[in-house]
Amino acid sequence: MPIDILMPALSPTMEEGKLAKWLKAEGDTISAGDVIAEIETDKATMEVEAVDEGTLGKILVAEGTDNVKVNEKIAVLLAEGEDASAIDTAASAPAAAPAAAEAPSAPATPAAPATPVVSEPADDPEIPAGTAMKSSTVREALRDAMAEEMRRDPDVFVMGEEVAEYQGAYKITQGLLDEFSAKRVIDTPITEHGFTGLGVGAAMAGLKPIVEFMTFNFAMQGIDQIINSAAKTLYMSGGQMGAPIVFRGANGAAARVGAQHSQDYASWYAHVPGLKVIQPYSAADAKGLLKAAIRDPNPVIFLENEILYGHSFEIPDMEDFVLPIGKAKIERGGTDVTLVSWGIGMTYALKAADELAGMGISAEVINLRTIRPLDIDTVLASVRKTGRVVTVEEAFPMCSVSSEIAFQVQEKAFDYLDAPILRVTGKDVPMPYAANLEKLALPSVPEVIDAVKAVTYTA
Amino acid sequence: MAAATKSSSGTSRTRSSAKKAKPAIAEFDKDQELHAYREMLLIRRFEEKAGQLYGMGFIGGFCHLYIGQEAVVVGMQMAKKDGDQMITGYRDHGHMLAMDLDPKGVMAELTGRRGGLSKGKGGSMHMFSKEKHFYGGHGIVGAQVSLGTGLGFANKYRENGNVAMAFFGDGAANQGQVYESFNMAELWKLPVVYVIENNKYGMGTSIERASATTDLSHRGASFAIPGEQVDGMDVRAVMAASEKALKWCREGKGPYILEMITYRYRGHSMSDPAKYRSKDEVQKMRSEHDPIEQVRTRLLEKGWASEDELKAIDKDVRARVAEAAEFAQTDPEPDASELYTDILR
Repeated sequence: MPIDILMPALSPTMEEGKLAKWLKAEGDTISAGDVIAEIETDKATMEVEAVDEGTLGKILVAEGTDNVKVNEKIAVLLAEGEDASAIDTAASAPAAAPAAAEAPSAPATPAAPATPVVSEPADDPEIPAGTAMKSSTVREALRDAMAEEMRRDPDVFVMGEEVAEYQGAYKITQGLLDEFSAKRVIDTPITEHGFTGLGVGAAMAGLKPIVEFMTFNFAMQGIDQIINSAAKTLYMSGGQMGAPIVFRGANGAAARVGAQHSQDYASWYAHVPGLKVIQPYSAADAKGLLKAAIRDPNPVIFLENEILYGHSFEIPDMEDFVLPIGKAKIERGGTDVTLVSWGIGMTYALKAADELAGMGISAEVINLRTIRPLDIDTVLASVRKTGRVVTVEEAFPMCSVSSEIAFQVQEKAFDYLDAPILRVTGKDVPMPYAANLEKLALPSVPEVIDAVKAVTYTA
Repeated sequence: MAAATKSSSGTSRTRSSAKKAKPAIAEFDKDQELHAYREMLLIRRFEEKAGQLYGMGFIGGFCHLYIGQEAVVVGMQMAKKDGDQMITGYRDHGHMLAMDLDPKGVMAELTGRRGGLSKGKGGSMHMFSKEKHFYGGHGIVGAQVSLGTGLGFANKYRENGNVAMAFFGDGAANQGQVYESFNMAELWKLPVVYVIENNKYGMGTSIERASATTDLSHRGASFAIPGEQVDGMDVRAVMAASEKALKWCREGKGPYILEMITYRYRGHSMSDPAKYRSKDEVQKMRSEHDPIEQVRTRLLEKGWASEDELKAIDKDVRARVAEAAEFAQTDPEPDASELYTDILR
């Protein structure tokens, strides 16, 4: 029976890619291990190897096709003795395993824990009226922010693992080496404790390092230097010496990468005086806030999310778009309940708000953007209007950012509350690997909706 | 030098450096000897006073005295150029004084007063001065090694010709980030002199009980960083070795390691009863290898100073220290409003 060759998933978060090139033609004989095609993801160009042997019967997706979904049928392989006439039958056969030998086999449902909602930003007071908008991925926004600031200030440089020649493990620093040379785009050895301290020392001497952690899970190796050296030196020196430095990288859960690569560290860093902590959601957040972080004279923790990297948003087409640190954005107006979220949590909050609207519940969605300093005033103003609060985040619940928001809201707006504050968070467990368990461990849109129903007494 | 590396307790694993070629000893002229004498004496008298103020309750918390190790920082100071940076751990008072930080400001920081170099918010372990190129004052053992490597990185980035001197002890020499830093410093040819002040004890644990290999000058060998042991009780040897190391770094050849064989007379901190070593061991070091006495003897032997002239220097130094102590006891504590300042810029 003919074998379907499917579009393979080539990274934990890949959902689609471009079929760049076929290296075999219809009628060619194929052995297992032959490279049959090249596929471009948003991160890299990858070769696809055949798993089975046979004859390439039919190519179903022409080379050069963009946005080919993972698991889409791209070709059909004929076994010995079969001919092309067998293909029609094959077309209706159930999907077989993907053809890529190296790639993890993708489940029928997307590997990502949630399908993020890409929504148009509501009116943003930081964007002047009449500004043209353009589409940008979060990835491009981060890269552009760094490039613009590096052009502006020769003291800004970026260092980290694979940031230069490899163009970034997640392609965030793509093109920077070419423009700024190896002096300012520096590949480090795998040595987080050492290069975190080195970066802080360079910052104390007046340079403005951007230290990329491949993920913030690895920053744990260097967290002493972030807390004890970067955050506390200004205070310990009586204001004489600080560390103008940005620590940035992927934070929180990607998809199916297990317990040691899936933690959200927002509350860890938000605990510490002397740090600023930013967790962007959209491409505009990413660009405007990263530029602000690089210019800030304090140590800034900039928590990105791998799943959001490839998502596109409208971003203002401005020469120098900088957002204020410490200011939340009302992403969607509403009257019945306040949803407070940030980072990837926003994807659940916005989708829930859409569904709630269909049920006649008007949710106001606040995108915190910055965790520390916390813009509690924007939250309180909303709570005074709605009387109900649900927080949404992927981190563990205990001592979470949600806990802090709940505390401050009850402290400062107790009389306005009509219901207990609820939080929708990641579960209090290490991140499991199994797809079903991982999904259970993360928050979900139904959980947000249930929480809103509970606080609005509409359940 | 050989004698300085041997402890009187006769621990057999201490590798004597007597087998090595005798290192260079700088020939000091009269002015250099007098300078070294005055600088080391200032540190000695300052630390004695700090110990006294601690006993009187004016200084709280931790207080790590530098007595015995004065030649290390003074010899390095005599070899460095303007713009070269120093960074060290928590036994930092000597480095501050050698980097020309005001003794009044240092002492007032020890007593937690508003006139302290960190406005009383840093304490004994945390003082800094960008102007004097002193980068602290760090309380986490080994952290200053990575930070100091970053100072060297900034020098190279700016092509300013300066060299960073990162001081750490024999205890810190076993921290992992030290080796991460060594690797990057040699890989990128950063101008950093790593100064290991081997005073033979990491708190109460002797180097023989803590380190699989005790010749710390070899610790950069797997990164091809040159290193040498130096008699850290002889300020002339320190200066000669420092000049060589600083020149190496300034020529763009990368980092250099100097292991200063030295000794602290006092305990690890003021609260250390120092039961881990004998009084004889300490006494022998004081009487035979004291860094200040060595200079004093030479000054007298060469006729470069009379007893009276040296007494006059001592009197002058004591007066400076007394003035610092007076200031540190009378200066007010920081205003309560300072609690919430200097957290962010």
